[in-house]
Amino acid sequence: MSAGTQPSGGLDFEGWTCPLPLRHTPNVVMGHGGGGAMSAELVESLFVPGYGEAAATELGDAAVLPPVEGRLAFSTDSYVVKPMFFPGGSIGDLAVNGTVNDLAMVGARPLYLSTAYIVAEGTPMEQLGRVAEAVGRAALAAGVRLVTGDTKVVDHGSGDGVYINTAGVGVVPEGVELAASRMRPGDRVIVSGAIGVHGVAVMSCREGLEFGTTVESDSAALHGLVADVLATGGDVRVMRDPTRGGVSATLNELASASGTGVVLDERLLPVPAEVRDACGLLGLDPLQVANEGKLVAVVAAEDTDRVLKTMCAHPLGAEATVIGEVVADHPGVVVARTGIGGTRVMDMPIGEQLPRIC
Amino acid sequence: MKYLDEFSDPDLARALLDQIHEATTGQWALMEVCGGQTHSIIRHGIDQLLPDGIEMIHGPGCPVCVTPLAVIDKALEIARRPEVIFCSFGDMLRVPGSRDDLFTIKSQGGDVRVVYSPLDALRIAQDEPEREVVFFGIGFETTAPANAMAVHQARRLGVGNFSLLVSHVLVPPAIEAIMESPSCRVQGFLAAGHVCSVMGTSEYPPLAQRYQVPIVVTGFEPLDLLEGIRRTVVQLEEGRHEVENAYPRAVPAEGNPAAKAMLEDVFEVTDRTWRGIGEIPRSGWRLSPRYADFDAERRFSVEGIDTAESAICRSGEVLQGLIKPPQCEAFGRECTPRNPLGATMVSSEGACAAYYAYRRLDLVEAG
Amino acid sequence: MCLAVPGRVTEVYEESGTTMASVDFGGVGKKVCLAYLPDIEVGEYVIVHVGFAIQRLDEESAKETLATFERMGILTEELAGPEEQVARAAQEAGR
Repeated sequence: MSAGTQPSGGLDFEGWTCPLPLRHTPNVVMGHGGGGAMSAELVESLFVPGYGEAAATELGDAAVLPPVEGRLAFSTDSYVVKPMFFPGGSIGDLAVNGTVNDLAMVGARPLYLSTAYIVAEGTPMEQLGRVAEAVGRAALAAGVRLVTGDTKVVDHGSGDGVYINTAGVGVVPEGVELAASRMRPGDRVIVSGAIGVHGVAVMSCREGLEFGTTVESDSAALHGLVADVLATGGDVRVMRDPTRGGVSATLNELASASGTGVVLDERLLPVPAEVRDACGLLGLDPLQVANEGKLVAVVAAEDTDRVLKTMCAHPLGAEATVIGEVVADHPGVVVARTGIGGTRVMDMPIGEQLPRIC
Repeated sequence: MKYLDEFSDPDLARALLDQIHEATTGQWALMEVCGGQTHSIIRHGIDQLLPDGIEMIHGPGCPVCVTPLAVIDKALEIARRPEVIFCSFGDMLRVPGSRDDLFTIKSQGGDVRVVYSPLDALRIAQDEPEREVVFFGIGFETTAPANAMAVHQARRLGVGNFSLLVSHVLVPPAIEAIMESPSCRVQGFLAAGHVCSVMGTSEYPPLAQRYQVPIVVTGFEPLDLLEGIRRTVVQLEEGRHEVENAYPRAVPAEGNPAAKAMLEDVFEVTDRTWRGIGEIPRSGWRLSPRYADFDAERRFSVEGIDTAESAICRSGEVLQGLIKPPQCEAFGRECTPRNPLGATMVSSEGACAAYYAYRRLDLVEAG
Repeated sequence: MCLAVPGRVTEVYEESGTTMASVDFGGVGKKVCLAYLPDIEVGEYVIVHVGFAIQRLDEESAKETLATFERMGILTEELAGPEEQVARAAQEAGR
């Protein structure tokens, strides 16, 4: 609005926006989730402009979609990250990229997302607006359409800030079969880049832990990288995005689902110095820290070089590297070779990562 | 990080290991007192690289493991109260009390918060003057100065809604208790480096003399641990029993005088029960009378708690090095890291949790 | 029991009557209480535990310790017979 440039007392019809109903309430109130006029206004004045080009023309209760060729992939995930905004991203980016990545990990090209919000009464409208914009930007970048959605408001105290659920639909190209059951001894384990970055970025601004760091979340949509990898024709057995629980949880899941063992070499792990140092300070293991823009791929040994080269040529896989291999020994167990040549069993992380003093 | 990475160098580690292998002719049982060292030994796989003649016995230097059940139960009772914000280091949240743990209390609506430093808890007390903020003051001599400072500051700044639930423990009396135990197998100690950073090394020569055991002050990085082990073994092979400092970069002989003065002001020595071990005379600190107003046990009357350890858990014997974890009937069956019966299964430095991971591998390899 | 890490003091200041410091742990910065090491100057290394500097890190002594380890490494190499050295080189290459 350019009111400041108008002559005193002049009228500025072009710069005028309706101050009602959103402007009169700086915070979300129960009525915004009531399904009535306020709900509609929230969609019209906040979500539609926030989503921008990524939104379907009508964000209705249900979307009718054109027919697609091929098998459908369908996924859903909920996002509750605290704080909502962190270095390098927000809950909005995660809500799009997380579900897009879940689709990508089965080899799908993501097409459509739904977005459903649960917002605590009292949440600043400005924050919700920023989240909606982040969702719109991330969807546009990922090339997915936001086609349907919902908003509910809960009592102050029943929730905290903004929670988002997204569900996504994608299409899996002919011949793509990614499954842990296809892992074989001798396969190589590749990670697409630096690990632990997202978790450290979020922890750096979590209440009670705050520390200074230049680390930013790696939140990104990986389907482009996945498409390039699949296009090599190399035998990729399975892919996973190592989010909560980090690479450690992912490899443990893969080992137990496939009935093979995994051996990884800690000297090969791409852990940025800042992640290592932050983890050292808090007593955490970088292998158990969350990633939001990385994938772990298990690839047939003979195709490893080809796949790795392709990954490295993609901006999101530039630092891809082999970190270990699949073995017939110790099925279901992940063993790490340590920096000084010892070994340790890398167990499934038990729960939330907590800083420790011992 | 500078002064960490250099002490993890694989080539130098190999050189130290070669020296250890060369020096070892006998069968030696060494105890690393500190849980942080246990963690590091397991984390880097050091125990598997040592000669067969060296056995590492994991010591009781883990506050998660030895904080007495009665204190855990008190913490849970206090944390349950609606007016209380209960602050703790992350380590303590999964430690089982008689019935619950702090995570459970939190899930039932208790305001339990993880903080990095006791000063963070003090700040919460200043920010929320209408609430009672209680900090769970556990740990060894390394952690005690931080907790002492929080109480000292609370008094100086008049923060009346802050209090400390204290259960501090001390290393030298524990070494004494271990050596006095009739079934003791320990022949040499790696003393806890960071405890000595605060307290200095003067408490150890009398112990080395009395019990004829080498005591080597040891750090936490792989090279530090290997050097501590090497020096202890060399002493044992040569029949010496002296106090040596293998961690001089962080341990001056006098420790930290300013911290020791504060400890003297804020705390006083008391008898302390160690979970799984029993009462060890003069092995703990409690708040001195000058700071009694900040004692959470006084502020919140916590009476009539009926403590009950798991009937089948043998973590006490494990902590004393009397049995190995797999000798406990519950180990790996009723008791796993996901469902711990005893504190030694909780912490990653706890002997049972450490064994659990390796047992799986051993079984698989044997099968 | 005691996770404590070395960091470099980048700033020393007073906060409500207590000496505090900004400490850099290789790119990770944290506010640390310096009350127990009042004589520390900017640029020195301290050992930090739960937000408190508990001891000065003696850089000279750190260098000496490393130098001792390095001498041991050289000594071990010399002690090893030629066969062992070949075996070790092969092992290195295979890593």
